[in-house]
Amino acid sequence: MSRQVAVSAPGEVRIPRASPSLARKARQQAVAPYLLLAPTVCFLAFFVLWPMVRALLLAFQSTAGTYTSASFHTMYHDYQFMPSLKNTLILMGTIIPIEFAFSLAMALILQTGLRGRQFFLYCWTIPLAISDLASGIVWLSIFTQNGFLNSALVDLKLSQNGYAFLSYQHKLSLFFVVIVAEVWRSSSLIMLILSGGLQGIPKEYGEAADVFGASFFQRIWHVTLPTLKPSIRVALILRTIVAVQVFAVVIALTGQSLPVLGSQAYYWYVTYQNANVAAAFAAVILGISILSSAMYLTVLRTPAGVAGGGR
Amino acid sequence: MSAAQVRSRPKKGSPRVHPLIYVAAIAITIFMLMPLWLIFIAAFSTQADVYSFPKSFVPVHFSTDTMQFFLNSPGVLPAARRSLTVGIGTLILALAIGTPAGYALARFRFPGSNLITLVILTTRSFPVLVLSIPLAVSFLTWGLYDTQQGVSLVHTAMALPTTVLITSAVFFGVPADLEEAALTLGCTKVGAFRRVALPMALPGLAAAALLTFLLSWNEVFAATILTLLNRTLPAQILNSLDGAPLTYQFAGGFMLVVPSMVFIFLIRRYLVSSWGAVTK
Repeated sequence: MSRQVAVSAPGEVRIPRASPSLARKARQQAVAPYLLLAPTVCFLAFFVLWPMVRALLLAFQSTAGTYTSASFHTMYHDYQFMPSLKNTLILMGTIIPIEFAFSLAMALILQTGLRGRQFFLYCWTIPLAISDLASGIVWLSIFTQNGFLNSALVDLKLSQNGYAFLSYQHKLSLFFVVIVAEVWRSSSLIMLILSGGLQGIPKEYGEAADVFGASFFQRIWHVTLPTLKPSIRVALILRTIVAVQVFAVVIALTGQSLPVLGSQAYYWYVTYQNANVAAAFAAVILGISILSSAMYLTVLRTPAGVAGGGR
Repeated sequence: MSAAQVRSRPKKGSPRVHPLIYVAAIAITIFMLMPLWLIFIAAFSTQADVYSFPKSFVPVHFSTDTMQFFLNSPGVLPAARRSLTVGIGTLILALAIGTPAGYALARFRFPGSNLITLVILTTRSFPVLVLSIPLAVSFLTWGLYDTQQGVSLVHTAMALPTTVLITSAVFFGVPADLEEAALTLGCTKVGAFRRVALPMALPGLAAAALLTFLLSWNEVFAATILTLLNRTLPAQILNSLDGAPLTYQFAGGFMLVVPSMVFIFLIRRYLVSSWGAVTK
């Protein structure tokens, strides 16, 4: 009512006269959040969103700046392209499920109420902040020819001189080594995300499953995982974005024996000095990230009204 | 704590904690800690020991020889100094830009807040690899190529969404009532923020700052693409990997690991709460 009066007679603001400062305050309140958010939004628009568009433009340009698909052509005919695409997808397809299962196991163990929970939580999160490059070097000290693992194998009389884990002839063991290093480095983060989600699940759900005689795995499958969906979605999206651009850990451990999309983008930019082809590789990486994120969002959709869902 | 008490309540058919759980927990702990112990041994043994075989799993000749060799290698110390500068620059920039945003998201309800949150969340899931290539091209023309400011800018772009999410969680944890009380006692809005909300949020903000620093310290792709002579430490190490002796690599790896372990030690109290916020 009173507001209508104020609107119909904008010239003479009668109603707020009782406290003019209140109206000013309300106006400040309305503007304040936008002012506070403006720097962040501008910065992200300029340094993230615009470069993303630029990356795509760059991929569709020649070095002279004209529009062409030549970069994609060059990329496609690069003899390393198919292997690098394949290797990246293999690494994604193995690291993410293994890591997810491992992290879920850790999160569930922490939920059992075992003694020393804080100690275990602390130990298991230590690799959390270690970079992919550092992780690669750490595992290099273990897997290299004269490394710690071969030392242990020889000490235990399991091998004469050790095994060449990092030889380019042993493709399988190259994958294995990279997977171990990646799982070691980033399971902590997934574990923390899932732990956070697990704490939000009401205990009654599990007890109800017990009452109905559910086995441990039935309970995980029918109660825990569905209620964890929002956390799983976040964990998988974040993890996949990191996995698509896997790069330094692979170079540190395998040199050039295991080409991946990230390392090819790197070589095209740094060694061959061709930003356009590098951008074409980046476009493929972006495409895979967007596709997989979209897939997670569809497959792991939370129906409205399910407890534990959403923000 | 309370969860443990609830679980240990005697209940028919549910044993307290199966011993196998402890076996698994200890095995995971060994898997998590062993590599760090080994890189420590590798970095703090004599150079001869690094190449010896089979290796010992305890330090035989404790020595800073290998570390010194690494630190005295050309370019390493300046690179470490640059990493420090870039990290601190990123931290200041990201907090200066991100803290107000985090505060706004935690304190105000306003039209469009969901959209803005969504945009911030989405930008977080863009690969930094993709955005660093066009930025490297732009930086050439802007005179930011091969500068620490340029790397800081890209690292801020990478870290900012996370910084905003964490700071908003931090301010969410500071009761708004206290700020309102300060307002009724005659504080201005800014004064209430500075005297009430900020001091209470400080530990959480410090954790956010550490995390931002670490994201920058760890980042290698953009740092390599954007620099040539003025490399950060990870970029320097990555570029020397091909052909560098193992001593250099192991000591370098150890150097990269140390700040992350210090970080985890300092923020262990905030781990679950603040990283929980990141997962939203």
